[in-house]
Amino acid sequence: MTDFTPLLSFAGGAMIGLAVVALMAVHGRIAGINGIVSGFLTTRLSQDWAWRGAFLAGLIASPLIMLGVSGQLPAITIPSSPVLLAIGGFLTGVGTTLGSGCTSGHGVCGMSRLSTRSITATLTFMATAVVTVFLTRHVFGG
Amino acid sequence: MRLVFAFAFGLLFGSGILISGMGNPAKVLNFFDFAGTWDPSLAFVMGGALLVTAIGYRLVFRMRKPLLAQAFSLPTRQDLDIRLLGGSAIFGIGWGLSGFCPGGLIPVLGLGMSGPLLTAAAIAAGIVSARWMIKLNYGGQPAGA
Repeated sequence: MTDFTPLLSFAGGAMIGLAVVALMAVHGRIAGINGIVSGFLTTRLSQDWAWRGAFLAGLIASPLIMLGVSGQLPAITIPSSPVLLAIGGFLTGVGTTLGSGCTSGHGVCGMSRLSTRSITATLTFMATAVVTVFLTRHVFGG
Repeated sequence: MRLVFAFAFGLLFGSGILISGMGNPAKVLNFFDFAGTWDPSLAFVMGGALLVTAIGYRLVFRMRKPLLAQAFSLPTRQDLDIRLLGGSAIFGIGWGLSGFCPGGLIPVLGLGMSGPLLTAAAIAAGIVSARWMIKLNYGGQPAGA
């Protein structure tokens, strides 16, 4: 069980939205995390590589902000085994690269622009995630 | 200056992820588990992010250009193809197995736990593999989101 946290979740979502809007206003870029990671994983160094690196550094440093403001680190519980994490991670990398986006790129940035591709992509990955969890938890799992 | 802003926006995005619960796989997987321990919180994350972005983007696109760039970089494709559908379906399976989407994962890397590091390495391997598949099949670069 996890606690239902509508207010915190909505506030966190609004902060994500502010960051997404700010990145567009200042850098003119879509805040798709997989796209930013993918653009960072290159041997060609450029100005684009630098801002992606700075953004990713900010993401990684964000627990420190939370520690400073609230005095505690976020509680993270990982139900999946290392094998499932590895398989799931690999499929996530393959799928977001083939599908040109993830939850942030398609789900937030693209859906906000009413992009047909992004709406279709988001409905697709949400649906397969629900089916996957149903199968692992209620059909094959304990 | 561009880099300072990018770092600050990363901090803001990551803090939002951590506060909202998107970085906690237990919560993410419960959101998908309608038949079991369903936790609807993540619908509120999506709602908050979409509300702010839908309004904010409209205001931003009234500007002639971004503050520190020459132009807005936006995807222009509108067609649906098998790569978009198949790739998104594969991503959903991966997300349902691990509980981590890329945006939920990277901020958690800062905590130094082994599970997120393993997942990140696997995602990187998946990205590189998919680029290779795309190159073999299409002979071109992956299209932007």
